[in-house]
Amino acid sequence: MRKIHVNKIIDTVQRLCIDACCFLEDDVKNLLHKAYNREISELGKNILQQIQQNIHVAETETIPLCQDTGMAVVFVEIGQDVHITGGSLYDAINEGVRRGYELAFMRKSVLDPISRTNTQDNTPAVVHYNIVDGDKLRITVAPKGFGSENMSRLKMLKPAQGIEGVKKFVLDTVLKAGANPCPPIIVGVGIGGTMEKAALLAKQAILRKAGTPSKNPNIAQLEKELLDLINMSGIGPQGLGGTTTALAVHIETFPTHIAGLPVAVNIQCHVARHKQAIL
Amino acid sequence: MNKCKFLSLPCSTKELESLNTGEMVYIKGTLITGRDAAHKRMIELIKKGQPLPVELKDQALYYVGPCPAKPGQVMGSCGPTTSSRMDVYTPMLLDLGLKIMIGKGQRDYSVIDAMIRNKAVYLAAIGGTGALLSKCVRKAKVLAFEDLGTEAIYSLTVENFPAIVAIDTKGNDLYKIGPTAFCRL
Repeated sequence: MRKIHVNKIIDTVQRLCIDACCFLEDDVKNLLHKAYNREISELGKNILQQIQQNIHVAETETIPLCQDTGMAVVFVEIGQDVHITGGSLYDAINEGVRRGYELAFMRKSVLDPISRTNTQDNTPAVVHYNIVDGDKLRITVAPKGFGSENMSRLKMLKPAQGIEGVKKFVLDTVLKAGANPCPPIIVGVGIGGTMEKAALLAKQAILRKAGTPSKNPNIAQLEKELLDLINMSGIGPQGLGGTTTALAVHIETFPTHIAGLPVAVNIQCHVARHKQAIL
Repeated sequence: MNKCKFLSLPCSTKELESLNTGEMVYIKGTLITGRDAAHKRMIELIKKGQPLPVELKDQALYYVGPCPAKPGQVMGSCGPTTSSRMDVYTPMLLDLGLKIMIGKGQRDYSVIDAMIRNKAVYLAAIGGTGALLSKCVRKAKVLAFEDLGTEAIYSLTVENFPAIVAIDTKGNDLYKIGPTAFCRL
């Protein structure tokens, strides 16, 4: 049994929260750069340029890229040969979030859904655990802003609606979202499983290195087809018109029931934040 | 490049009427901020016939919930939030004299009608560029509803704050015109 102390987890989560909110990964930067070169709308090009300048300012001065530093979504893969010592894993994750958001002057946006009373420290995080082989602990922090989260949708399609129904639902979701989720967006799609599994798949799809196609060639083809369709919508950067509405479409699938075809669409804005560490 | 104008606040109705959808503007002057919770409170006060803690007449209202300022910073990251969540409250504020709104995303017909009626404009700041926009803020102070934290009403003095005329006083809506021009579906 390999032992990992909670203090190491607290420090790691703290660092990942700050890094995710201030430093964008190269995958998204590269896609934004390509989009800038391709965009045919002058205004759209200007917007993409300002987005790139923002990334530069945020990383050189360690300022959050966006004031909506999100709700912290944390994926934890625990090797079955790992033993956590010194306290509770859940508490350690939340302590890391608490410290990270306070230390880096990030906005605390988390509140009780009914009373709307703010918890003041951006906790609790939304934590997803998965037990895997091995003796490592993999932590991914993905702060999720709600401009794009609010535009996400889920539908239980009928099997008869098939792949055409899936395409229609994804496209319709992006068209309805319009300018609100801060395009250019990354579209995460979950197909299959049960209701909550489809939603989780859509969220996991967003975490994939932006622009990397699915390993399944049929799904990769569907991703490409949907990306082309979405970019023909004209929505464009910030929804003000142009050819860059999405930077990528990522689809994850899982077997489902003979009676169902669940589809979830999780929309991610261009500030596609996620950082990972392996302990 | 699209035509670029400098907008010094407060500005006259004539100046506002000269702005056209699609133009880039650089704003100089003082804005007030307000988002979901501040709007809800203002509307409750209006409905009770009580005075508002801030004057809205001829003002520019920026929909933002900033990050706290780091030491040495005037204001933390402060990009626009989704304006449509304010749509239900906005016509009432426009009828009280609000002239400029700054946010992101499309507006409801009821808002556009109230904008035409009151000769107001809606400017789009670029969502997700809060770090860049924080550099345009010269002064910041809380004006009202301090207990709301990030959702309090602030006054922000800005310089060279970039925005795009998204809906002008005539009701021309770039969120419709722009995508329609590029749609190939």
